[in-house]
Amino acid sequence: MNAPLIITDRPHRFHGGVHPAENKTQSNGTAIEALPLPSVLVLPLRMHLGAPAEPRVSVGMTVRKGDVLADADGAISAAVHAPTSGRITAIEERIIAHESGLSAPCIVLEADGEDVWRERHGYPDWRQRDTAELIQRLRDCGLAGLGGAGFPTDVKYRNTHHAIDTLIINAAECEPYITADDRLMRERATEILEGAGIAARLVGAKTIRLGIEDNKPEALAAMTAAAEALALSLRVTVVPTKYPSGGEKQLIQLITGREVPAGGLPSDLGIICQNVGTLAAIRAAVIEDEPLIRRVTTVTGAAADRPGNYEVLIGTPIETLLNHAGVHLKKADRVIMGGPMMGFALPDITAPLSKTTNCLLVPAKNELPPSQIDNPCIRCGQCEQVCPAGLLPQQLFWAAKSRDLDSAELHSLGDCIECGACAWVCPSHIPLVHYYRYAKGEIRHEREEQIKSERARARFEARQARLEKEQQEKEARRAARAKAAAEAQARKQAEAGEASSDPVQAALERARAKRAERQNDVSDAGQPSIADLEKALELAAAKVKKANERLVAAEQEAPDTVPALQKAISKLEEKHRQAQQALDAARDQGNAS
Amino acid sequence: MINTTPTAPHTQRPTSVTRVMALVLAALIPGWVVLVISFSWGYLINPLLACATALVTEAALLKARGRPVLFFLKDLSALVTAVLLALALPPLSPWWMTVLGTALALIFAKHLFGGLGNNPFNPAMVAYALLLVSLPLYMTTRWANPDQWLSLTDTLSIIFAGGVPIDAATAATPLDVYKLNIANQTANEVLRAPIFGSFVAEGWDIANLAFLIGGGVLIWQRIISWHIPVALLGALMLMSLLFGSDADLRVPLSLHLLGGATMLGAFFIATDPVSAATSNRGKLMYGAGIGVLIYLIRTWGNYPDAVAFAVLLMNFAAPLIDHYSRPRVYGHRKAVKGYKRDD
Repeated sequence: MNAPLIITDRPHRFHGGVHPAENKTQSNGTAIEALPLPSVLVLPLRMHLGAPAEPRVSVGMTVRKGDVLADADGAISAAVHAPTSGRITAIEERIIAHESGLSAPCIVLEADGEDVWRERHGYPDWRQRDTAELIQRLRDCGLAGLGGAGFPTDVKYRNTHHAIDTLIINAAECEPYITADDRLMRERATEILEGAGIAARLVGAKTIRLGIEDNKPEALAAMTAAAEALALSLRVTVVPTKYPSGGEKQLIQLITGREVPAGGLPSDLGIICQNVGTLAAIRAAVIEDEPLIRRVTTVTGAAADRPGNYEVLIGTPIETLLNHAGVHLKKADRVIMGGPMMGFALPDITAPLSKTTNCLLVPAKNELPPSQIDNPCIRCGQCEQVCPAGLLPQQLFWAAKSRDLDSAELHSLGDCIECGACAWVCPSHIPLVHYYRYAKGEIRHEREEQIKSERARARFEARQARLEKEQQEKEARRAARAKAAAEAQARKQAEAGEASSDPVQAALERARAKRAERQNDVSDAGQPSIADLEKALELAAAKVKKANERLVAAEQEAPDTVPALQKAISKLEEKHRQAQQALDAARDQGNAS
Repeated sequence: MINTTPTAPHTQRPTSVTRVMALVLAALIPGWVVLVISFSWGYLINPLLACATALVTEAALLKARGRPVLFFLKDLSALVTAVLLALALPPLSPWWMTVLGTALALIFAKHLFGGLGNNPFNPAMVAYALLLVSLPLYMTTRWANPDQWLSLTDTLSIIFAGGVPIDAATAATPLDVYKLNIANQTANEVLRAPIFGSFVAEGWDIANLAFLIGGGVLIWQRIISWHIPVALLGALMLMSLLFGSDADLRVPLSLHLLGGATMLGAFFIATDPVSAATSNRGKLMYGAGIGVLIYLIRTWGNYPDAVAFAVLLMNFAAPLIDHYSRPRVYGHRKAVKGYKRDD
């Protein structure tokens, strides 16, 4: 208790950044208001980054508030829960909140109006519990980052590659218009900091640092007061209001002066970064056993009569929320999900709110500048001066426009965070981010194609090798057959000559010589191989068979030769038996060794 | 309600190419006015003639290329080219030279490469260089004498009626005079010539300072960045201090800075973003290269001024500079240089 609880650090700087009109006052003056229970909720199976959840309910089932509707499927995924009690009426494709008006599998829940909770087992004693148990709780509660990307929260805490020493609370909220985090901090600072305490314990972080823009003094005061009340030591960095200071990489640079390595994660620096909304959700999940079924969403813009922040159940139709906030759709120019810098225009407002919907912006007709036809790029370089990633946006644009993907990669396209600062300053009104997304998509596509063709090549080569091997084996068999045939022929000739004296003698001599040679070979090799023995056995068996055939023939044509032949057969059979024994012995030996 | 799905960002700084070009034109006005006051009507008539030519040529070319004529005419880029060229040409140039130069700039240096944004060379300087090598006599003997106020009718007759200006009405440029005379005179003797006036070079010095102020406004308005002019002037100064510190031998620094087209070149011509290097570091190299070349050509070359050739030569080098001057990207240990990634 020697060091003061609250330490204030000076912010570092990041390259570039812009100052668009803040437009925060329209929505940050009123308290967070809970939206009345909607009658129908639509829950997309994928509201997070990663694999869609796997449904666990069927149509017609009744569920209570907080029951699992769909399980996380795979390592990077998040479960979906019932935001209220009711009946499952459909599991089908519904339009979701997406730029292209995409449909995706959703679970449709009809509320019964009772709002009855399932049994809950909170961990008020979380300090005594095992970290693994707490992390599992985050996964069971379907937590995903509420700041925007919706990365499954538990995955962040499972990362054990690097020791984490710092938890950064991202409270910058740099997008114009959005005030959800601002209001949350003003009203629920204690919950956020309790969540931060849990998060810090989960990763073993010793320091908790808060990064907040200087346009939120009330929120900052609430946070420091809550930290003092909780006796939680907090290091505060008040950063100048400049977009995009709330970008994870930029905030880390502002607070620590260090850069997240390209292609790396904040954990490479021993840092974990978490948005204030997510921290409050972590607290609710751990202490209250409340899954992620609600969030705070800003509704703002001149077309809304009652702009402000609303606490909504996940799955509430966007239309319902807009109606509640008094939005005049006739006055609205468009409905933007997210902020004006990075949000996207919704093609259909019947889509449901998801875990990542932090703002619905409904500007009136002349509130935002109208879309303009773009002029050619004059390389004025203003984009370069504002790029927070230190890129050359104009060069990236030329590369993307001419589909020169190599050049795009040479100019580090992958490091673009798509913040839109370049497009904001562009005097030629070029939709630069659009070009970058296109080029990124093309690069991704090309990589996939490359992997595909790589696989196809490997398959082809394997097939070629297999065919070749088969051919070789065939060839070998044919050669063996030909050799056997030739030997048989030679033998036949030899045996045919047995009748006449001299050739018989000669043949016998040859055979003897051959036998001696073979024995020599065998003794040379020391131990005959199993293959040799098998061959010998085969040969012996063939000889016996041939001799028997000849015996049958002789019994009819030349009965006088029968006894000689019988003698020969018994000799051959003896040889066959010996060959069999030798082979068996060799095999036993082989098995034994 | 929603009939478009525009992409992010949904908001924009209120700016446009037209505004950029208009500000460049506005920033030229102080220097332009000083030139008119010092060297009489030629600097008013020729730029206006160039502007008219530019509008007609631009419209005709856009039409021929099947581009929206009004949309591109109102970006004002043709007018910037016209005014820059006309301010660089001798004020008493005959009308056909101005018209020819402007048309050359727009046809050969701009639209044949694909119009605004696609020209590898500065159009005004391409035209200037073409005229200088093709019509050296007109380009060297039509400079107005700051001590001789020429009436409007006389100016009009010289420009349009093929009149030859009387000797008293013209004068060589101060850079030329100094370079020529210093060979057999001392600095003091050379500077006694009335053309050098009371400060550095009568008319030229104030005009240069006025262009400097205009350029300062452009930097302040963030239309141009400081890199190119600072590097250019810095390199020119350094060269002058290294090789020409003796005023009895070489043109002094003050005359380099204020006696020719230096400030116009540094703030308005070298900064043409389309044909310049891209990154901040690249702009420093590019500007410094121009500064060095200006000094080399002025001192050891045959041409009176050197801005046009220096700029064109560095235009050639700009793509190469771009590849070796990329900034270090966030999260990278060092910048990616050259034509291949090494990771």
